[in-house]
Amino acid sequence: MPPAEAPLLEARGVSKRFGGLAALADVSLAIGRGEIYGLIGPNGAGKTTFFNCLTGLYQATEGAFLLGGARLAGLKPHAIVARGIARTFQNIRLFANMTALENVMVGRHARTRSGVLGAILGTAATRAEERDTVERARALLAYVGIEPRAHDLAKHLPYGDQRRLEIARALATEPQLLALDEPAAGMNATETAALKALLERIRHDGVTLLLIEHDVALVMGLCDRVAVLDYGRRIAEGTPAQVRTDPQVITAYLGGALP
Amino acid sequence: MSALLPRRWRSDPRFAWAAFAALGVLLAALPFIVDAGMGRSWVRILAFALLYVMLALGLNIVVGFAGLLDLGYVAFYAVGAYVYALLASPHFGIHLPFWVLLPLGALLACTAGVVLGAPTLRLRGDYLAIVTLGFGEIVRIFLNNLNAPINLTNGPQGVNLIDPIRFGDTALHPAVDLFGVSLPATHAHYYLFLAFTLLTVFVALRLQRSRIGRAWVAIREDEIAAVAMGIDTRNVKLLAFAMGATFGGVGGGLFAAFQGFVSPESFTLMESIMILCMVVLGGMGHIPGVILGALLLTVLPELLRYVGPLQEAVLGRVAVDPSDLRMLLFGSALVVAMIFRPEGLWPSPQRARELSPDNPDETRQEQESLFDATR
Repeated sequence: MPPAEAPLLEARGVSKRFGGLAALADVSLAIGRGEIYGLIGPNGAGKTTFFNCLTGLYQATEGAFLLGGARLAGLKPHAIVARGIARTFQNIRLFANMTALENVMVGRHARTRSGVLGAILGTAATRAEERDTVERARALLAYVGIEPRAHDLAKHLPYGDQRRLEIARALATEPQLLALDEPAAGMNATETAALKALLERIRHDGVTLLLIEHDVALVMGLCDRVAVLDYGRRIAEGTPAQVRTDPQVITAYLGGALP
Repeated sequence: MSALLPRRWRSDPRFAWAAFAALGVLLAALPFIVDAGMGRSWVRILAFALLYVMLALGLNIVVGFAGLLDLGYVAFYAVGAYVYALLASPHFGIHLPFWVLLPLGALLACTAGVVLGAPTLRLRGDYLAIVTLGFGEIVRIFLNNLNAPINLTNGPQGVNLIDPIRFGDTALHPAVDLFGVSLPATHAHYYLFLAFTLLTVFVALRLQRSRIGRAWVAIREDEIAAVAMGIDTRNVKLLAFAMGATFGGVGGGLFAAFQGFVSPESFTLMESIMILCMVVLGGMGHIPGVILGALLLTVLPELLRYVGPLQEAVLGRVAVDPSDLRMLLFGSALVVAMIFRPEGLWPSPQRARELSPDNPDETRQEQESLFDATR
């Protein structure tokens, strides 16, 4: 399903060097609205570096990202969240000692306004916003299916629920693009199937998805298009079926062809 | 505490109101009871205890909520105190009223908080602690040395004869005539400090349960994740420094007015560490715990005053100097507390669960998640 209209996210010649190491070299890709786009590649290929550049944790050495045609270069991470890109992390980064509900409420930060004065005086606007934050957070917990554990500390949730909580927290920022870094890592087949259903539902509800994933079955079954990174370069792009037969991809994953 | 009561009392809201009313009456009657039973100096100690509650609650915002280790907190207290002292004393011959000076001191302390916060935002943990410690010392040394070439702070002699707090024509020093009853200065200050303490508690509670309060805790828990949730960590951390410093500035102004005298000696590193200990010993991030910590660490050391006379009565001479004993007992109390109650004396229910693994609920959950992992 190639994008018919202008892409939601475009990466133009993004490079990132750490000293002499080129973690990303001239990576370009375009993600259409409503797509599920996969980013795969062997370990150390630069996938997470790509995420970090996209979300502003790193500044790209060259090139730029465009969201809906607007350049994101030079923006601070929190400003990029405000523009509509949310992410999850490869090793889950929840606020461990806050409850599940509070975790999602923190996700509302970028979409709420009340400050110190409003909080101290307890103005009507602040109280209304706070009620709205709680309601939306509860709704999101229900959406990802962990509402019964709303008042448990995040670190006490089982692993799969922690992954779901991280997704709910990211969705609380009302993203246009949700970037997931290995959402199925460490999950068994049942959990992965449930995750797949959740991600499809999120896409159905209007959020574009970009995911890094090692689970080949999940990528092949879920993604509309896939890009393959190897040593920081984009070596292939296309539908999962096209990519899996690409000789360069096979070489990257399995080493050189047999003589 | 409430666990000691029968369950049917605990769940009854009327009981909560009755407890509040009883606490109110107790707090109102306390200076008179203490004055009659233990002497005027103990009323003074009570007033100081309230002052330290305010300071500890201010530091708790920075350390307990936002997780920024600040060892120079006393600098903001000093700013508040010197603003009051310099602008309401014969030193410059300026005599501004307290309702101008307290907000002004708070504002300047708040500014100092931002000025300190801005360059240290990239630092964390130990590094931040060292820089804030340095800042605290810089402020004290400035106060100590700014008596030449222009006499700004009167140096180590400090500023004396500070105006008492005045409501209209009534000054809180030496005594207030209230409806025909003469209220001694210590009592009057106790009530004033009590009012400010209640205000401080109210503000701290409101902040904790707000969008900003959650952002502070999020930064403490995981700064990268907080950024990824759209929190502008620079501004939110500065806000924590500014709010904490504001509490300190108000406390400083009240201190100067109460004492009638300030000198750099009151603002040493030891003072910062004492306030930090109140926060940590009470239960970091938990407002009732911090209040308890501040009260204990102000009142308990005063009890050592009785150790000297006690030794004389029992041994016939003073074998150990009580002031030596003070640091020894204080140090060992902290060590014991860290071993047996690392979460503080009265931690928040969440933090208590976090640090005591033999809680049955916790064990059950742990077993469940082990079950999940092995399934």
